[in-house]
Amino acid sequence: MSLQEQKRARARMGKQERRNALIAYSFLAPNFLGFAIFTLVPVICAIALSLCEWNGGDVSKLRFVGLQNYGTIFNVNKVAEKGIGYFFSRVDLGIALKNTVFYTLITVPLTIVCALALAMLLNKARGAVAYRTIFFFPYVASMVAICVCWSFMLMKDGPINQLIMGLGIPFNKSWTADSNMAIWSIILVSVWRNMGYYMVIYLAALQGVPQELLEAATVDGAGKWKQFLHVTLPQLKPTTFFVSVMMIISCFKIYDVVAIMTDGGPGRSTKMLVTYIYDEAFIKVRYGQASAISMVLLVIVLLVTILQFRSEKKFSND
Amino acid sequence: MEQIVRQKAIRQDHPVLQRVVHSVIYLLLTLLAVFTLIPFVWMVSSSLKLDREVFSYPMRWIPETFHWENYRLIWQRVPLVTYFKNTAFIAIVVTLLQTLTSSFAAYAFAKLQFPGRDTLFLAYIATIAVPWQAYMLPQFIMMRSMGLYDTLWAMVVLQAFSAFGVFLMRQFYRGIPSELCEAARLDGLSEYGIWARIMLPLSKAAIATLVIFTFVNTWNDYMGPMIYLTRDFNKTIQVGLRRFIQENSSDYHLIMAASLCSLLPVSVVFLCLQKYFIEGIATSGLKG
Repeated sequence: MSLQEQKRARARMGKQERRNALIAYSFLAPNFLGFAIFTLVPVICAIALSLCEWNGGDVSKLRFVGLQNYGTIFNVNKVAEKGIGYFFSRVDLGIALKNTVFYTLITVPLTIVCALALAMLLNKARGAVAYRTIFFFPYVASMVAICVCWSFMLMKDGPINQLIMGLGIPFNKSWTADSNMAIWSIILVSVWRNMGYYMVIYLAALQGVPQELLEAATVDGAGKWKQFLHVTLPQLKPTTFFVSVMMIISCFKIYDVVAIMTDGGPGRSTKMLVTYIYDEAFIKVRYGQASAISMVLLVIVLLVTILQFRSEKKFSND
Repeated sequence: MEQIVRQKAIRQDHPVLQRVVHSVIYLLLTLLAVFTLIPFVWMVSSSLKLDREVFSYPMRWIPETFHWENYRLIWQRVPLVTYFKNTAFIAIVVTLLQTLTSSFAAYAFAKLQFPGRDTLFLAYIATIAVPWQAYMLPQFIMMRSMGLYDTLWAMVVLQAFSAFGVFLMRQFYRGIPSELCEAARLDGLSEYGIWARIMLPLSKAAIATLVIFTFVNTWNDYMGPMIYLTRDFNKTIQVGLRRFIQENSSDYHLIMAASLCSLLPVSVVFLCLQKYFIEGIATSGLKG
């Protein structure tokens, strides 16, 4: 809008309208002020900070360095020399990305299968509020308590290993201290904790599957399994898509479980994107590099969100 | 005609088979419920043992003798009361501020006309998509320069103005017919009056959802307090418990007892208000 147009628009707005706008702003102000100061400003600063070098101390030490931080975290020189394999096996960012993607690729489908299975079972059992409460409970339970409990249970002589040994499989290691098993213990806790949450979403979606379609399939002689494959599952497609996107985003933000159970270790075997940001920002106090890694996280999450918006349009057009 | 007959036949087929299927479903559900609850059961069981009994072989689900004194001991060993007080303070203030300011802002977004409304709302929505972890560092630097580092107020302002609350309340308010507001306006009620006397009472369900979401999230928040709260008398239950675990890593029985205590308040809130919690997820979750 040009300046002149704006002037004209303002003139057109009568006294009454201006008063209404003022009232509206007064409703917005308390939340907006807090939101602007503590969210909007930091978001903008994060982008700027990723282009600066600042290793703590007062603001006078802040120096603009352009894309240098990105060069450092991607270790461009070494990677250009030794190839992409070097990036994923030696560079911190590469390892963090690899671990986070691996964790996401396993956790998301596993959680979806569990959540959907629980929802299907609960949907058949009428009045199963008690079960629903039980499955949902891990989601509200405090992270520290459940994570420490699981890491005890997964210890060398813990109940899980006793069970595995009881089945005749020789396994006598503490899961969280073994570089191969550590990430699996994190996946296990994540699936166990989140399946109830997504189960609730699936339960709501199942209410929306038209009963006539299911009956029609039965009339056509489809068994329960075929009914599920050809009617229920396609009907749930938008939900599954939505749930996957939500979960992918939250998987990329994983921190709590890792920080409490393995602290990124042993070695770098469970180092995730956010654990890496935390280390650079608050332990090594390299603000610029930490912000550059944050931007990597931001870009990934935004890409997934854009994908969701696009497909949502597609689903609503269908 | 033939179809209808077949349909009826299928509906009434095999009452015995139906019962078998139902029993199988309940059996499966029970097994899964046991799997879900095992960590909690183990927690209770270990919290009543001696530390050397926790990893005994073969493991016992029911302790030989119940060491109730563990629960007395932890209150002496860990400043749980301080942690609880801090967490409750943060959770209650955040929940109050969040509910009040979001329902206020949501009313403007849903029912009032003003220039820049859609642009502003878009800014809100866009920040929901931005992960907190991506801007926590500049936020931290800013808060520290404001002198909020290592204070409970840091945790309050950090969480009290989330865009999510505004979004949730706006979605709900849009479902309330605008004619109601119009009628009230004709009756001479001010906008503030409409918000207080009509919108607020009508949105009890949405408020309940927001309250329990905010309360549970604040209570369980780990990373925020971990970054901001360093002095022991400022710690929340999550980071306080973590500190106790790190310093007494082999007192398994006491760790489990303290963990269980940390679970109790939020479990009570959840069990009382779970209807709103679950309905909230089902509706807001689906809308995105």
